[in-house]
Amino acid sequence: MDFSSDPELESIAREAENLASAFDDDYWSEHDEKKQFPWDFYRAFAEQGWMGIAIPEKYGGAGLGVLHAGTLLHTVAGSAGAMNAASTLHLSIFGMGPVIHHGSEALKEKVLPPTARGDLHTSFGVTEDDAGTDTSRIRTAARRDGDRWIVNGKKVWNTKAQQCQKILLLARTTPRDECARRFDGLTLFLADLDPDHVEIREIPKMGRNAVNSNEVFLRDLPVSNEDVVGEVGRGFYHLLDGINPERIMVAAEAVGIGLRAIDKAVAYAKERIVFDRPIGQNQAVAHPLGDSYSELQAADLLWKHAAWTYDRGLPAGGLTNMAKLRCADAGFRACDRALQTFGGFGYAREFHVERYWREARLMRLAPISQEMALNFVTEHVLGLPRSY
Amino acid sequence: MKVLVCLKQVPHSDARLDIRDDGAWIKDDGVKFEINSYDTYALEQALRVKDAGEAEVVVVSIGPDRVTQALRTALGMGADRAVHVNDPEAEGSDPLGVAKILAAVAAEESPDLILTGFMSEDGNFAAVPPMVARLQGIPSATAVVQCEISDSSVRVERELEGGAMEVVDLEMPCLIALQTGANQVRYASLKGIMQAKKKPVDAKTVADLGLAGQVGASAVKVVIEKIYRPDKGEGAEMLEGSTGEVVSQLVGKIKELGLL
Ligand SMILES: Cc1cc2nc3c(=O)[nH]c(=O)nc-3n(C[C@H](O)[C@H](O)[C@H](O)COP(=O)(O)OP(=O)(O)OC[C@H]3O[C@@H](n4cnc5c(N)ncnc54)[C@H](O)[C@@H]3O)c2cc1C
Repeated sequence: MDFSSDPELESIAREAENLASAFDDDYWSEHDEKKQFPWDFYRAFAEQGWMGIAIPEKYGGAGLGVLHAGTLLHTVAGSAGAMNAASTLHLSIFGMGPVIHHGSEALKEKVLPPTARGDLHTSFGVTEDDAGTDTSRIRTAARRDGDRWIVNGKKVWNTKAQQCQKILLLARTTPRDECARRFDGLTLFLADLDPDHVEIREIPKMGRNAVNSNEVFLRDLPVSNEDVVGEVGRGFYHLLDGINPERIMVAAEAVGIGLRAIDKAVAYAKERIVFDRPIGQNQAVAHPLGDSYSELQAADLLWKHAAWTYDRGLPAGGLTNMAKLRCADAGFRACDRALQTFGGFGYAREFHVERYWREARLMRLAPISQEMALNFVTEHVLGLPRSY
Repeated sequence: MKVLVCLKQVPHSDARLDIRDDGAWIKDDGVKFEINSYDTYALEQALRVKDAGEAEVVVVSIGPDRVTQALRTALGMGADRAVHVNDPEAEGSDPLGVAKILAAVAAEESPDLILTGFMSEDGNFAAVPPMVARLQGIPSATAVVQCEISDSSVRVERELEGGAMEVVDLEMPCLIALQTGANQVRYASLKGIMQAKKKPVDAKTVADLGLAGQVGASAVKVVIEKIYRPDKGEGAEMLEGSTGEVVSQLVGKIKELGLL
């Protein structure tokens, strides 16, 4: 086991932190309150080539893996922008995984270079209201029409759809009851968010409001055959090359935001004097911070292990779900304890920890809920019978 | 053209600093470091020379292993090569010791232009740049806010007292020490970071530079006695009222203290 520092990962973290630190807490709380997409921040990262971190060099990226991309997003989530900042970049970084691994050469040449440059934005369209976590039951369907497809249906929670030109869309192409396995018969499309056939409605939500999430209605949306990603009917399996990296990156982000919250809380606990002593002198204040800090350090190793495993092409599903589970819990608990450390001021916008708290809460729900991550672990790692 | 940029790594502006037990400097273990911000303007200026035409940009820094981070950042931003004077014998040097080391590196590199920051944010002496120029026998200008660099000379605008400015022409080789805000400093790009891995960093010792026994803590002429935080004075009193009232109250106070 080698715990010596890796100069390349260190450089990524240092330079990303340098760049992210140009955007302070006030910038982010303003964008969060006004629900404004942080274009200056996005462009700053795009200009320095960060959007291409995980895109192969052949298509204008840096060709690095999930460990490197996770390090970038961990750092960004640890900046003042927390999840708002990470989500601004996150989709462009993991979303193209299925295209990279399964897309045709022509499709890769068309979409990967502009994604790496930061010009092409793609939303991730999997979740539907009626299906929920049971992705096999999605109702959005595509039917063949000559050399194109016509898609009808509705997606929900599509993050950043308002800024996106395209959507990576999972749709049924063979009815579920005609398929041998429930995940067969789904196809992945890289469709245009054509305003003539697509309506986007924002979902008002608890936090991370600089980046919108939306309902997306698809009405007779045409998609050319060239924009099918991989094989018709195998879309769900192709999607795994986006889903696992996303879970690992979210895990990395959760640790980042947790560490930032602890850092703020520790500084406050040293300075805030009540009963003639810094509040951090009380073990009731200090111990939760020490506990969360060590929990975050443990969680940090787990997402890195998952990323390292995924990058080597080894089976990483178990580690990925365990990392998501532990990091999301550790990150949220850290934010909650930080908020408690600030006392009443923790509830005030001015100190920003309430913003981190609202954003960290999301990590326990998406992109996969803690319960479903546990279902994966109990079924696929521990070999217990499936409960549903 | 060859440009040598001198960089110092200093504690990060956000770092919480504690004073060392001997009182002579801050504790630097566990502290986050960054490139002295004045020096980043010097680096940016050098990179602009490179962007505009043929130039080799060499960065030099003195300090322990952690200084590699600063050099990697500079290489990631676009510098071509780095020299790292990494030697415990250099530790504790006073400004003259630092200047001797940098001048020795400059003598080996023979740059057309040496760019530095006006001063370091931790030491605040602003003494090293003119000393390097003096040791090298080349002209220098400090507190520079703007420079126009041509093939063999530099025209600089420098700050004087009271908001006045001065324009100076220097023949190359020369040294320019930049004021903060002289330009907009770029960030390292991801591509730059990846390329930086392959760029050479030359490690040098004090002996390699022919300076054994001449620099470091044993050779200092300026000794830092102690650093301390001044005691907080007792609560300041705010005078209120119109300007006239405030002035007469102030005069009254000064008289009361027997200062008038
Ligand atoms: C801010 C935000 C952004 C999002 N962005 C995107 C996006 O860009 N693209 C996209 O496709 N999706 C996105 N999502 C959707 C997200 O992935 C889903 O919300 C998540 O997967 C949970 O699905 P659901 O909301 O339908 O919950 P449901 O499936 O309805 O589940 C509800 C609750 O029941 C539990 N539950 C359900 N079944 C079981 C079971 N068998 N055993 C135990 N517990 C169970 C769940 O864990 C959960 O707690 C986003 C969500 C949010 C909140």
